[in-house]
Amino acid sequence: MSSSIEILRFNTCGSVDDGKSTLIGRLLYDSKSLMEDQLEALERSADITGGGQINLANLTDGLRAEREQGITIDVAYRYFATPRRKFIVADTPGHVQYTRNMVTGASSANLSVVLVDARQGVIEQSRRHTYIASLLRIPHLVIAINKMDLVDWSEARFLEIRSAFESFLPRLDIKDVKFIPLSALNGDNVVDASSQTPWYVGPSLLGHLETVHIASDWNLHGFRFPVQWVNRPNNPRDPRLHDFRGLSGQIAGGIVRVGQPVLILPSGQRTRVKEIWTYDGPLQEAFCPQSVTLVLEHDVDVSRGDMIVGLDSLPGAGTELQARVCWMHPKALQPGRKYFLKHTTQTVQAVVSAIDSRINIHTFESEPNPTELAMNDIGQIRIRIAKPLPYDGYATNRLTGACILIEPGTNATVGACMLEAPQEPVRVEYTDFAI
Amino acid sequence: MSSYHLDHLQYLETEAIHVMREVAAEFERPALMFSGGKDSICLLRLAEKAFRPSDIPMPFLNVDTGHHFPELNEFRDRRAAELGGRLIVRKVEDAIKAGIAVPSPGEVSRNRLQIPTLLAAIEEFQFDCAIGGARRDEEKARAKERFFSFRDAFGQWDPKNQRPEIWNLYNARVNAGEHMRVFPLSNWTEMDVWEYIRREKLEVPSIYFSHRRQCVRIGGRGQWLPVSEFLTVRPKDEVQELIVRVRTIGDIISTGMVESPAESVDDIIREIAAARVTERGSRADDKASEAAMEDRKKQGYF
Repeated sequence: MSSSIEILRFNTCGSVDDGKSTLIGRLLYDSKSLMEDQLEALERSADITGGGQINLANLTDGLRAEREQGITIDVAYRYFATPRRKFIVADTPGHVQYTRNMVTGASSANLSVVLVDARQGVIEQSRRHTYIASLLRIPHLVIAINKMDLVDWSEARFLEIRSAFESFLPRLDIKDVKFIPLSALNGDNVVDASSQTPWYVGPSLLGHLETVHIASDWNLHGFRFPVQWVNRPNNPRDPRLHDFRGLSGQIAGGIVRVGQPVLILPSGQRTRVKEIWTYDGPLQEAFCPQSVTLVLEHDVDVSRGDMIVGLDSLPGAGTELQARVCWMHPKALQPGRKYFLKHTTQTVQAVVSAIDSRINIHTFESEPNPTELAMNDIGQIRIRIAKPLPYDGYATNRLTGACILIEPGTNATVGACMLEAPQEPVRVEYTDFAI
Repeated sequence: MSSYHLDHLQYLETEAIHVMREVAAEFERPALMFSGGKDSICLLRLAEKAFRPSDIPMPFLNVDTGHHFPELNEFRDRRAAELGGRLIVRKVEDAIKAGIAVPSPGEVSRNRLQIPTLLAAIEEFQFDCAIGGARRDEEKARAKERFFSFRDAFGQWDPKNQRPEIWNLYNARVNAGEHMRVFPLSNWTEMDVWEYIRREKLEVPSIYFSHRRQCVRIGGRGQWLPVSEFLTVRPKDEVQELIVRVRTIGDIISTGMVESPAESVDDIIREIAAARVTERGSRADDKASEAAMEDRKKQGYF
């Protein structure tokens, strides 16, 4: 097995009984990623509960309650590999009340697979899942039209469902969409091309997952480095480290090079990158999403939560934020509530000052001035924070344009926010060093 | 492929380093659970990568069941010393004596008794976070666990009420008495772990490689277990000297020995690529029932 291959992260979503778990089971089974003891466990449970029929869904429904109720109650992660790629799969459930799990499973995905039952066509869940994939700016989307065997492999039915999607896709922010007719139960067009669909010329689902271009999914424009941890050795044995002061973190956007001028936000101090330190030796340049330790030319005051950025494209900064929020908690969001807001590596106090609108998942229209946002609602909100944050619009950068809301006391994560682009870039009185 | 591109191990590495630094920055008293097994060996290398040139800013913690392979404990102590870390070992034996862990009548396995021992250690040192080497590919219940897995004041995991985990924004907030278990290797597979060990040229305990050992099959059936002072061999048990290695390390009384000629990390990687059973297929503790892991995790297991 080659040791230099990429990882593709994808999630599967659909409504109850669309066959998500069966599809993942099929991918694992047909790509020979299942082991004998897993098959044995499947067969054991088939004998007990399935009347002898192997249920591929039992592979992913991990918790006892799920097996008993035949539902998936939380995000389950699966792993498999082919000689071309490694895959991380988030199996996210389709019930209306579990939208928060889809957001959890899909937030870091390269690709979403939305399953549709060919007999049902586009239902509310299909629209909701497609909308969430768009909201989260997942770069690639696959509409898997499943159970094609139950509509006699009808090309007309396939085209009908495709055009139903195409009637609303232009209103969403998805650039790459692929439609694949398949049968997860029988394995048609899952791993191997099916002889049942001579009218379909595209790849099988796995074929697509193995080849879709993901190298450009990371943001390489606009250097962003949220400082995570100040790296200052105590009593180092190596005398050269006495004055070592590194800033450790994961690059959240762009590329950084030794010698590059940078700006530290929110202080506005300007300096240069002196060294890119790593355990494996110094680097001349580093890029998103590498984890590195930067040493700066000047001994400036920098701590966790500060952001080091390139001068070529500056983020915004401010205490008044606008965001799309997916509400994730049974206690509804009402204007005036106070939360902690975690953005990159810093947590600040925040108050939701207004709920401007709620998105109707049916029509994708905004309904103005709702009194509250209930669990699984998506809405447009305004947030006021106690301290200015450097940030980007979520559409520009998924890492510096995202934040979560945490309820004080319970510490529950209650909202996932995608920030609107700032009105203008940060304006700083440059504290220029002699550079 | 462009040069601005990470392969799968580099991607998993940067994700894990990010997680470890979040722990160091967000918690006051974190610990890193280090057993000497292959997963926690990777954790230590990731800690070096996350925190050097500084010291690793947390102690190492191990719960010793008293049924450990001696090779494992020797390696554990040596590796911790090499890294200049503080190693805290808490023994199930002592927890039993102190009445913290109470065996059921006739209970030989120390597996369940690790739970109260671990929770007592967390309380003793007031740890608010414990980093562990568990991976989601190991088992179905683990497949549903978050990177930052919240534990209430009783150390319990509530699988139906987990905090949503979105992007790389980990909610690390806990109240006094509660704690977090954090799993930087969540997205790693068994294969990734061995490929990482190969890339990083990490030393692993000798029992992962094939060696000659007296093994016993209880009642002449099932998997080969190592003959040890903790296992009473009866006449109907089958004893043989075999060329074996371990694939996963649990207690010496429940870890299945795999017949294998693998003498190097390369051999092991080839063997896993061709393997037809999962890693935990050789762990008797997981076979107890389909929900065995789920039940133990809810009570506070690793």
